[in-house]
Amino acid sequence: MLEITGVPTEAQIRETFPPIEAIDKGPIAVIECFQEIPCNPCATSCRFGAIYIGDNINNLPTIDIGKCTGCSICLTKCPGLAISIIDGSKSKDYVHFSIPYEMTPLPATGDMVRALDREGRYLIDVKVLGVRSNKNFDRTNIVTLEVPRDQMYRFRSISLEVIE
Amino acid sequence: MKTTDIAIVGGGPAGLCAAISAASSGARVSIIERNNSLGGQLNKQTHMFFGSEKQYAATRGIDITGILLNEIKKYEDRVEIINSTNVVGLYEDQIITLMENESKYYKMKPEAIIVATGAYEKFLSFSNNDLPGIYGAGAVQTLMNIYGVKPGKRVLMVGAGNIGLIVSYQLMQAGVKVVAIIDAAPKIGGYLVHASKVRRMGIPIYTSHTVKEAIGSSELEKAVIWQVDGNFQPIPNTETIFDVDVMCISVGLSPLNELLSMAGCEMKYVSFLSGFVPYRYSNYETTISNIFTAGDSCGIEEASSAMVEGYLAGLHAAEKIGKRHPSFEERVQDYTSQLNNLRSGPEGRHILSGINQIERRRDYA
Repeated sequence: MLEITGVPTEAQIRETFPPIEAIDKGPIAVIECFQEIPCNPCATSCRFGAIYIGDNINNLPTIDIGKCTGCSICLTKCPGLAISIIDGSKSKDYVHFSIPYEMTPLPATGDMVRALDREGRYLIDVKVLGVRSNKNFDRTNIVTLEVPRDQMYRFRSISLEVIE
Repeated sequence: MKTTDIAIVGGGPAGLCAAISAASSGARVSIIERNNSLGGQLNKQTHMFFGSEKQYAATRGIDITGILLNEIKKYEDRVEIINSTNVVGLYEDQIITLMENESKYYKMKPEAIIVATGAYEKFLSFSNNDLPGIYGAGAVQTLMNIYGVKPGKRVLMVGAGNIGLIVSYQLMQAGVKVVAIIDAAPKIGGYLVHASKVRRMGIPIYTSHTVKEAIGSSELEKAVIWQVDGNFQPIPNTETIFDVDVMCISVGLSPLNELLSMAGCEMKYVSFLSGFVPYRYSNYETTISNIFTAGDSCGIEEASSAMVEGYLAGLHAAEKIGKRHPSFEERVQDYTSQLNNLRSGPEGRHILSGINQIERRRDYA
């Protein structure tokens, strides 16, 4: 399906997500990389050796959830913008979901924005908890959102568009 | 007549890397570029590159030009940059003819030539495909990313290969609405991470669809698409009409090979390499002695591999004219293993089987 629609199935997504116990412990990377392509910046950028690709750079990355600190470096280095950081340690009702964002304008902390799923469909309005950009991120900004837990496997994007 | 050790035709990723390794080997190099600045397609690629660190992965294409030019600067005593100049002829006796700014015409006699001319865009035939508003993807990228000009307001992207997907994303970044991406193939051809990226912004992708016709009196107003069957034959009554002022055609590239043909290099049509390409030896030399080639002009692939091929061709061309790099063997081995690594996935297998059809072995016996 993914290769026809460009949208991973929910089963693919759930397989990619760390177990809920790990999510509830603290920030951790979610890597949505389903195709063998020659690419390894996620692995080489990780200072904790938590992402493994190996000698053949076409291999899919595997993540050692014990080593991942959720530092977000891989999120800004992934050329496919396929990595997000999820953190369930802050609240029982919400997860803090950090996504790469390369559109303008940037939202501001505290803004309410439209949460979208992997097909760009509107889910719900969510609050922006933080916007990070610095030189090392090289124009890939990180936007952190407060996403209700029941939407966490669907949420993946935001829109700032105002719908009348 | 003007002379040089190595003339490099094309200042894109392959040509710049060829210049770096030829100059670092001690050769005098002339880079001939038809645009008024170097970098080629790199200058339009605002996305982060794939590959590994050695091919500048995670660095944006637009920044790679600067990295390569800094490297070239180290050898500025022996590198000549000839901008705004077309190479209009390449002859069997290795004389090349140049046209500077469409006005000054002259000849050059290099010891060796590396043809790194890149590729040209394929086009699509459909009714009214010459209406203003119908662009190639390269033109859209040039307008947006070089000149900062939006091509229009609403775009239909034709082609779901990497370029079609990336340019759709760039259009959205520029605030231009992409109404859909269509592709005649039954599957998305580009990297799926690129596809997912545009899908979650709400751009639909219609595989097994092609353009039926463009509608408009003096410029594009509507695009009509329809579904195709397994044999790429359109299925009647499956039409969908989009109100768009731009159609962006991104249906693949072909090697830009005229100079190689003109020089008399033996050529072959290889579908895995997307067109006519020269037979070549493992040192990137064609069947005409001292004429080398690298990058898309000898087979369509990614910029990452074009750069590595450029490094290799530069080393080999320098070696051929007696300027062997002090760590020649080591470097050739490193670049060769980088290429093998880039090509060791499912996509790379097609490239390798294409190369297998044109790579000749020398009989040293």
